[in-house]
Amino acid sequence: MKRQIMLAAGLMLAATSLQADVVAPNDVVANEYGEIAASLTGQAGNPQRGAEIMVSRAAGNCLACHQVSALDEFAWHGEVGPSLDGVATRWDEAGLRGLIVNADVMFPDSIMPSFYRISGYTRPGDAYTGKAPEGELSPLLAAQDIEDVVAYLMTLTDY
Amino acid sequence: MTGKTLLGGVAAAGLAVGVAGIGFADIRTGDSLVINGDLAMITEAPAPEFLQDRVTTIYSGWVFRTDETRAMQADDFDNPAMLYAEQGLTAFETAMGSEGKSCASCHENAESLAGVRASYPKWDAEHGAVQTVEMQIIECQTERMGVAEPYGYDSQAMRNMASLIASVGRGQTINVAIDGPVAETWAFGEEIYYTKYGQLELSCADCHENNYGNLIRADHLSQGQINGFPAYRLKNANVNSVHGRFRGCIRDTRGETFAVGSPEFVALELYVASRGNGLTVEGPSVRN
Repeated sequence: MKRQIMLAAGLMLAATSLQADVVAPNDVVANEYGEIAASLTGQAGNPQRGAEIMVSRAAGNCLACHQVSALDEFAWHGEVGPSLDGVATRWDEAGLRGLIVNADVMFPDSIMPSFYRISGYTRPGDAYTGKAPEGELSPLLAAQDIEDVVAYLMTLTDY
Repeated sequence: MTGKTLLGGVAAAGLAVGVAGIGFADIRTGDSLVINGDLAMITEAPAPEFLQDRVTTIYSGWVFRTDETRAMQADDFDNPAMLYAEQGLTAFETAMGSEGKSCASCHENAESLAGVRASYPKWDAEHGAVQTVEMQIIECQTERMGVAEPYGYDSQAMRNMASLIASVGRGQTINVAIDGPVAETWAFGEEIYYTKYGQLELSCADCHENNYGNLIRADHLSQGQINGFPAYRLKNANVNSVHGRFRGCIRDTRGETFAVGSPEFVALELYVASRGNGLTVEGPSVRN
């Protein structure tokens, strides 16, 4: 867990005040519970685009591990992670954002990837080439992608 | 995961049937694989003792596959991998290298090597190292046959020969030694097995010890047993080596892989093979 966890509420406010800019992966500020209150982009999430990211194997591919009844028109939902039905009743936006950015803070034993973290890995590769990376890693999803997914997850209020 | 059985996976899958609309009948236990009507395989067995606190029963990858894939492996005329084993047999009987010897010059016939697959990787006292079947083949070529350019570790010719050697060992119970001179290598392999690699931070255990039987998108995760290797994969329509599969797995973690034939993969092969002690040699098998 290389990314620092900052506790000070003042820093949270500072991040919020800068929300016109995209927060870089190494600059994300989470509280001690791993929750991230501030948007990563300052732009409202687009839930429709968030759903597409969740389905796409080339993007979030959340369905690889999670079942989502509202997405049952799309084939193959995994069983590795918990169902996301009703997830918005269990987590608020800050919690969902924190889980997607780096689930290890809340669940150290989780196998869920960190979608917005670029350091602290063992033998990271250059995407799916199997080769060593050249330069800095890219996060698995862009900041706005994560905001869009959070926006979609917040619509999942039904079981 | 003590006491976890595939029934747990089936029950969980059952809840999702209405959602995904797919059949889960293909991860069922209790069926037996008999090849050519007379060669019985052990596809489920009590886990080896060192594994008992984490896994109670070990399952061949065959158990996790569809009826169609299972059936292909049950008859050598339907198993595409046997064509590669046949090519291996041709090479086995063909002289190569400056000594003018073929494999058959020393080994008489392929069946004389029936015990090989079940016991490898194993300690080679002469070289003071753990050797895989592929390493042994290269050793024969370079040290006894005078072959200037031995098979590449993951070459088609090597996979053909490895398929032959597995095929004649089918039905023998895997019994790989884990102590004595191999203990250090085995421990290294165990460490690799539990290390989370790549940007997805996945260890072998994350998928194949803690989630076998579960769907990851459209695929049923198996226990990652390697008793069926070399494995003919419908995905690439060829026989695949253990190390080739390891490389694919680490690549899929968005990780930097180790090389085929590397000390890391030799150690991992030893460790993973030992997790299958009690199953039977099934290679060359058919998988998806």
